Amino acid sequence: MSIELKKLTKRFGSLTAVDAIDLDVGDGEVLCLLGPSGCGKTTTLRMVAGLEAASDGDVMLGGKRVNELAPRERNVAMSFQFYALYPSLSVAENLAFPLYAEQLSGAEIEKRVAQVAKTLQLENILKRTPGQLAEGEKQRVAVGRSIIRDPQCFLFDEPLSRLDVQLREEMRGEIKEVLQDLSRPTVIVTHDQLEALTMADRIAVMRDGRIEQVDTPHNVFQSPSNLFVAGFIGTPQMNLVSATLKGSNGEGLADFAFEGDQSLKIKVDPAVSQLAPGATVTLGIRPRNLEMSQEPTEDSLSTKIDMVEPMGAETLAHMNDGHHDLRLVTDWRVPLAEGDHVHTRFPPDTTHIFTEDEQVLRSTP
Amino acid sequence: MARKHREIGKAGWGYTAIASVIGFIYFFPVLWIILTAFKTRTDALAVPPKLFFTPTFENFVSVFYRTSITTGTAQATDMGLYFFNSIFIAFTSVGLALIVGTLAAYAFSRYPLKGNDTYLFIILTTRMMPPIVVIIPIFLMFRLSGLAGSYWGIILLYTAFNIPFSVWLVKSFFDELNPEIEDAARMDGANERRVFFNFCIPQILAGLSATFVFGLILTWNEFLFALLLTGVETRTVPVAMARTLGGEVGVDYGLLAAIVTLFLIPIFFVTFLLQNQLLRGVTFGTVKK
Repeated sequence: MSIELKKLTKRFGSLTAVDAIDLDVGDGEVLCLLGPSGCGKTTTLRMVAGLEAASDGDVMLGGKRVNELAPRERNVAMSFQFYALYPSLSVAENLAFPLYAEQLSGAEIEKRVAQVAKTLQLENILKRTPGQLAEGEKQRVAVGRSIIRDPQCFLFDEPLSRLDVQLREEMRGEIKEVLQDLSRPTVIVTHDQLEALTMADRIAVMRDGRIEQVDTPHNVFQSPSNLFVAGFIGTPQMNLVSATLKGSNGEGLADFAFEGDQSLKIKVDPAVSQLAPGATVTLGIRPRNLEMSQEPTEDSLSTKIDMVEPMGAETLAHMNDGHHDLRLVTDWRVPLAEGDHVHTRFPPDTTHIFTEDEQVLRSTP
Repeated sequence: MARKHREIGKAGWGYTAIASVIGFIYFFPVLWIILTAFKTRTDALAVPPKLFFTPTFENFVSVFYRTSITTGTAQATDMGLYFFNSIFIAFTSVGLALIVGTLAAYAFSRYPLKGNDTYLFIILTTRMMPPIVVIIPIFLMFRLSGLAGSYWGIILLYTAFNIPFSVWLVKSFFDELNPEIEDAARMDGANERRVFFNFCIPQILAGLSATFVFGLILTWNEFLFALLLTGVETRTVPVAMARTLGGEVGVDYGLLAAIVTLFLIPIFFVTFLLQNQLLRGVTFGTVKK
């Protein structure tokens, strides 16, 4: 079993919602489509489901082209953002509904409902109607209804977006566990990066109908392939500071000048020597990788602490060098006071460099 | 949608009293007609009006059997036929309009065309002028096509009158539904016909009932077109009622009141039958789910 998308495109009038995307999801793999709202991730999912017709390109399920098949002929299970439980049916009937279409015997249906109810702890609420359920229970019923069949693949549209934080963490684990047992290709649409990072085997980051990067959660986080992915993944957001390359020696020691006449020298990558002196680049560094120093060093900017936000185990400090706002996260025990002057260091092994056309030039190992 | 209704009596005596008074004021004319229907002719015209009297059923009897002045024998009137006509014509045309309107509303709501709103507006414009404006062309067309005086003619006309209203109202109910449920049904193996009949329709039954009753009341009371376009065989009650006015014996208020009272019964019955649905139908969409 696999899902393959080939140059899949969806146009609504003059708007291209999904722009020639290629994607592969293997058997047992969980792929998260992650992106800001309106980036085309749900449209992509709906095209796989057959609820939306592709304007161009192919949807292949298990190696077979299914573009022309109706949703019910594709044998795909989907769970919806607002759960889409059938309001007039009881929980048990909701769970059993997909099985009616398969014309199973009554005994078999009962058996499967009992089995799914047990997996998802729905035994006590089988007789209730959706109107009488709490959000978390509705979510579980929706998941149950999608896993009760044996479909070719699973699709989840924003499965956790309606739950509160605590329930979300709980359900995240539960869904992950269920998906591991199912070992079918699964696509999860989400705008919540934490959800994607925790649940996915691979993440496809989307923007404006295109896929910006497909990789494992670790790689998407550690080696963003362009400026958008770098800025989108990770909280607090990666610091992205534009600078001008003054020059570099052949071994990767580069000299960057910043707005406001500050500059720093860091040993990055021999690749910088490809750039002509005077080229504009963007330095990217995660708030947890910035370091502070009391003394000026070659690889630091002189900054003032604007604001301090305690986040429990860590503290988020907003630093300013007069032109750029830098976010720095440090241990809560480090004493920080607003108005203090410190030097903010860019450790070379955690500094990303992006070229002017927003592509990565150097990422961290 | 599981809203909790306030328990009966929870509003307190003050509100209950105010509501009762207002209800009584509104209902009083109707009540007076019903009382008059049970009065003899002398009681009906008594000054000051009589609130207490010996009730009689003679008016109801004379709705269906009347003693001829000239021969002195009791004759059956055609009122039974007229009641049948009213019921048959109103229910058929409102039912037809509801079926056509529901199908159209679903299409307008789920498969919007280019210029969808324009089409909807055009449909609505047919309700924007007073119907009397088109009565002459319609009368001529009906005469030419032979529809005048037939059941089909008046049923088609009433259906046409009810469709715009049905489309608009029912579309608003469809718009309220969560389309994800339909998508889920599609994923779970339902074809389009099942999606429509088993998932959409059950969710808007309340709305359909409301639409049906509103249409029924409008059609039930219609007088002008019925007067001009029905024949002796297809005459409806409002027209027959009007014909009891005047004539050689003056206005028989008792008889008129009896017809009105009987005329109210079907509508009361339908409204009562659907009252729960109706309440949900008219408040549909006013409360955020």
